[in-house]
Amino acid sequence: MIEVKNLSKEFDGEVVLDNINASFHNGMVNMIIGKSGSGKTVLLKCLVGLIVPTSGEIRYDEKNFIGLKSRELSRIRRDLGMLFQGAALFDSRTVLENVMFPLDMFSRKNKRERKKRAEFCLERVELLDAANLYPSEISGGMKKRAAIARAIALNPKYLFCDEPNSGLDPKTSQLIDELIYNLTKDFSMTTIVVSHDMNSVINIGDKVIFINEGVKEWEGNKSEVMGTDNEKLNDFVFASDLFKKIKEAEEEK
Amino acid sequence: MSFISSIESVGEYALLMKKVLTIPDRMSEFLKEFVKGVYFLGVNSIWIVVIISFFIGAVIVMQIGLNIDSPMLPRFTVGAVSREIILLEFSSTIMCLILAGKVGSSVASEIGTMRITEQIDALDIMGVNSANYLILPKIASFVTFMPVLVVFSMFTGLIGGYVICQTLGIPSVDTYVYGIQTFFRESLVWYSIVKSMMFGFIIASVAAYFGYHAKGGALEVGQASTNSVVINSVLILVWDLVYTQLALG
Repeated sequence: MIEVKNLSKEFDGEVVLDNINASFHNGMVNMIIGKSGSGKTVLLKCLVGLIVPTSGEIRYDEKNFIGLKSRELSRIRRDLGMLFQGAALFDSRTVLENVMFPLDMFSRKNKRERKKRAEFCLERVELLDAANLYPSEISGGMKKRAAIARAIALNPKYLFCDEPNSGLDPKTSQLIDELIYNLTKDFSMTTIVVSHDMNSVINIGDKVIFINEGVKEWEGNKSEVMGTDNEKLNDFVFASDLFKKIKEAEEEK
Repeated sequence: MSFISSIESVGEYALLMKKVLTIPDRMSEFLKEFVKGVYFLGVNSIWIVVIISFFIGAVIVMQIGLNIDSPMLPRFTVGAVSREIILLEFSSTIMCLILAGKVGSSVASEIGTMRITEQIDALDIMGVNSANYLILPKIASFVTFMPVLVVFSMFTGLIGGYVICQTLGIPSVDTYVYGIQTFFRESLVWYSIVKSMMFGFIIASVAAYFGYHAKGGALEVGQASTNSVVINSVLILVWDLVYTQLALG
């Protein structure tokens, strides 16, 4: 479980996150949604320690993550897996080598076992056929799947996904969503997904947090999102014509 | 670049080096990256070192041969002076200025691209000391291979001079060969090698610093690469002056 208490972040005096409080539970897909520039990626980067917050606490299973010494920080980070917006695969390594990388660095297993584990992860994301290809030789969706395989290689407790569907077609987006959802349930991970894709929210959002201009505006689940009376969330959700029509159709019923 | 931002950069460089100069998380991974570094930064630079050294060696001998034309000076002086220039300054300092362009820009752009495509963030999140993992093997491999490049440069520079003597006869081959052996001090070769190893550290670490702190997109990576070449060139020249005074002065 991850708990965020009174988290704030300022850049050169400009408040990007303002007193955020939230909790993210095990075995659930927790979604952070909001407009571009609302501060959701900054929140995610604070959660994984890439950005140091101005104030507040981030607790991983009761342990405050902020201000830890680098050795302790490294230890906690080995329990984190992250899927970046651009996948962030290592260009000079094949897909298999990318997935093997965290195992090569931290696992005590022998090379054969490490390879077996990497192949299992690739099989899990249905990418074993592309094991020997380089990132430049595969599509955007395959890159995301390879990055997910790398993120789960060390059996992490926490999985973070930054805009997992950006740049993908609707079908591939759905596949990635299903993959994230199934992995979360199968490995009982605490998954946090940053997105502005409402399809993803409806598909997999066990818990949804809406951030607007650095402030937590709303919290609920996927079934509550569509019927909320929060004006700002409604503006965000029903900005799409498709969702407007769905709402109108439901109201007519 | 203002004075304050220069001081900040020095501080950032020192902090980065503190992260870089630690024991690697996995020695086997370090050795893999070290071997890659030797190949890509060192072995791949041999051809440019050989070509430049050959031609510059030839031109140095030609220039000195044509300009030292005094009955007071024996002709073997051409060989002796050329040797001193090649050994003391050309093969270490000038060659390192050229390598600051080739190797420095390559290191800065490689690490800079990794930074802007979040590959370095990915390493950090895995719990890997990204600075140590990416930069230490590059510094170690380049510093280790630098003496090989310098020795290659010395030999091909002197061979360039030999070829020009053979072709134009200024001076004759025998006089040139006698000249390059006259008053030879082995210690100067070691001085040159040690100096080049220091330059190797400067080139790899400064280029890595600029790449590691790159922000933005492709334009900024290009800028980081250019800045690394400029700053490396200045540092090499300043350190050449300081070290020459310390070692030979």
